[in-house]
Amino acid sequence: MFALHSQAIDTQLLRLALAHASAGAVVVFEGVVRNHNDGRAVRGLRYEAYAELALAEGARIVDAVRLRHQVAALICVHRVGTLQVGEIAVWVGVAAAHRDAAFVACREVIDAIKLQVPIWKHEDYADGSNEWLHPL
Amino acid sequence: MRVTVRYFASLRDQAQCEVEHVIAAGDAAALYEALRARHGFSLPRERLRVARNGEFTSWDTALVDGDEIVFIPPVSGG
Repeated sequence: MFALHSQAIDTQLLRLALAHASAGAVVVFEGVVRNHNDGRAVRGLRYEAYAELALAEGARIVDAVRLRHQVAALICVHRVGTLQVGEIAVWVGVAAAHRDAAFVACREVIDAIKLQVPIWKHEDYADGSNEWLHPL
Repeated sequence: MRVTVRYFASLRDQAQCEVEHVIAAGDAAALYEALRARHGFSLPRERLRVARNGEFTSWDTALVDGDEIVFIPPVSGG
């Protein structure tokens, strides 16, 4: 399951959704807004998504990883809108029979999401400047 | 033909609009180059992907009347 949330991510609720009797391992990754990027002090940021394609592409990634590693449950939620330092920007949770598959699946999802899903970060800096991040 | 173009992130800022309806001819690559000349987009086409009607497509896909085109700048989610 892949979703975009415009409000704070409820990690307890998502963690409950991973519950699965066959799962002996749960791995969770939380991507958090930090107060610096590339040597600049960050005050806050905003995420924007091309929602239709982001949802389709995110679901495609999650489904592919879930099938490849035969995990019991896989959930990824990405924030859109304005976020403060310390807020969770992206949450990935995996439940699997054993830890190896859970760790690998979690890593593959977050790496693919960052590279392929049409979501963009706009950072506000402490010096008053701001910019869209379009990494090379 | 007439197509709808939606803009996101820096492209929207530079186009100063979220959506526009344009008369286009040829493929998506030609459309981006024409709009880049009009709006002064800083990103070269080589750094973008393009979507047609909600799905990624190739730059040489022929456009069809009524298409919705989105140019995808390098993404920065996560």
